[in-house]
Amino acid sequence: MHPLIKKNGLPVSSEFFIELRNVTFAYGKRPVLKNINLRIPRGELVAIMGGSGSGKTTLLRLISGQYRPQEGEVLVDGRDVAKMSHAELFAHRRRMGMLFQFGALFTDLSVFDNVAFPLREHTRLLDGMVRDLVLLKLDAVGLRGTQDLMPAELSGGMARRVALARAIALDPALMLYDEPFTGLDPISLGVIALLIKKLNDALGTTAVMVTHDVHKSLDIVDRVYFVANGEIIAEGTPDEVRAAPSPWVHQFVYGEADGPVHYAYPTATSLLDDLGMKGDAHV
Amino acid sequence: MSELILAPLRKLGHMTINAIWRLGYASRFLIAILMYSGQSLMRFSLVIREVYFAGVLSLIIIIVSGLFVGMVLGLQGYNTLARFGSSDALGALVALSLLRELGPVLAALLFASRSGSAMTAEIGLMKTTEQLDAMSVMAVNPVARVVAPRFWAGVISMPILAALFNVMGIFGGYLIGVVMIGLDSGTYWSQMNNSVDLHYDVINGLIKSLVFGVAVTLIAVFEGYDATPTAAGVSSATTRTVVTSALVILALDFILTAFMF
Repeated sequence: MHPLIKKNGLPVSSEFFIELRNVTFAYGKRPVLKNINLRIPRGELVAIMGGSGSGKTTLLRLISGQYRPQEGEVLVDGRDVAKMSHAELFAHRRRMGMLFQFGALFTDLSVFDNVAFPLREHTRLLDGMVRDLVLLKLDAVGLRGTQDLMPAELSGGMARRVALARAIALDPALMLYDEPFTGLDPISLGVIALLIKKLNDALGTTAVMVTHDVHKSLDIVDRVYFVANGEIIAEGTPDEVRAAPSPWVHQFVYGEADGPVHYAYPTATSLLDDLGMKGDAHV
Repeated sequence: MSELILAPLRKLGHMTINAIWRLGYASRFLIAILMYSGQSLMRFSLVIREVYFAGVLSLIIIIVSGLFVGMVLGLQGYNTLARFGSSDALGALVALSLLRELGPVLAALLFASRSGSAMTAEIGLMKTTEQLDAMSVMAVNPVARVVAPRFWAGVISMPILAALFNVMGIFGGYLIGVVMIGLDSGTYWSQMNNSVDLHYDVINGLIKSLVFGVAVTLIAVFEGYDATPTAAGVSSATTRTVVTSALVILALDFILTAFMF
């Protein structure tokens, strides 16, 4: 628990690092998030889970300021991201790291230059210092020695780890992970999960992870939120979630094909109508 | 029946509005590039790197094409001029057609298909693979870091490439006229020297290629930045770059010629 201590002369607004209040977001006329309320304490590693298209990545992009909500407030460290000017938003992002789904490494730069990119853009460190920091970050993800390779020469898991090293280059106060486990083999997946957990413990970073990999996530996170149809329908610690209080969470956690979420896409017409066999009793 | 007439009309209206909308969007994009150009021009190594990719790597195609265009001009020009007994004017004909028209226009067309399409594909793929998003989330503006250096590299490279094209073309004309056909070398050069005016012909040609450079590079970076982030989207953006550039180059050439000469 953090009382309202003064930090850098500024009052810490609350114990929650991220707070979403009544957030509503739509792409054009298609509503994606409806009246979301979410609070993430400082230093916690939180997972947001839900099926594909449930709006969980949108939630992440609201926190990073890539999207602005139509209604409600997105508070990060007590400041509303949606009301920030361009310069304030960029200042906010300098304290934030984001790991993209497939790493999003710059393909025209070497591994070294990728990790050095944020350092060179945002600091005036000398070349020797940049080099040391890059090697430290690469060492943290177990990839010291790959600095001269190009992204095309890396495996999927290695590329994700280099992207992680790049995301933590400036020691962010907030880490956002967009589907960090997608498309990885079980060993790479375990390595990434371990790294995420270790970074969170070592740096005291607040971290939000969007994922649909249930079992790996439940092993490492402090808390889980479930999003479906643009609403948060359940939340809890991994143990509470495993006990599966609601049928929806049970279906999701245990990966059952049918349950509250139906297997078939909802349609207005029956299959027989679509096949033009209405009234045909034999089919 | 009315639907038969209305549907194409509606489509035409939609296409017109869309075209005007894109023109406005591209203009705003140009303003954004100019606004953020200060940052990239301060770090000139970024621009130099792109000059290498857009300009230096285009040298082969520009040199070879220039040489051949000049040789064709030499052959065709000699045949026509000889009929009127004025084959001495070959040097002037080759130089004037290249400096005023062929150099800037052909170099720009080649530049659009060699470097413009590469810029569109590269920026479009960076968008598709979330590299532009990643940059923006790292608080680095992609327009300043990715687009502006490429834009300026194109604007710088284009007049130099066109000038080189002219030099190679004039040399190609010399090879055919003097070395192969056997016209007098002194006449070839002195006729050229007498008829070409530095201000009227050379500078106007350079202005043309500068305008084409701005247009082609703007189209290339805009199409890449605006591409739909899928394989099909990048492919159609690349096609649009080459087609739109070609049409814009020829249309601008007509307008500029009407004003200049």
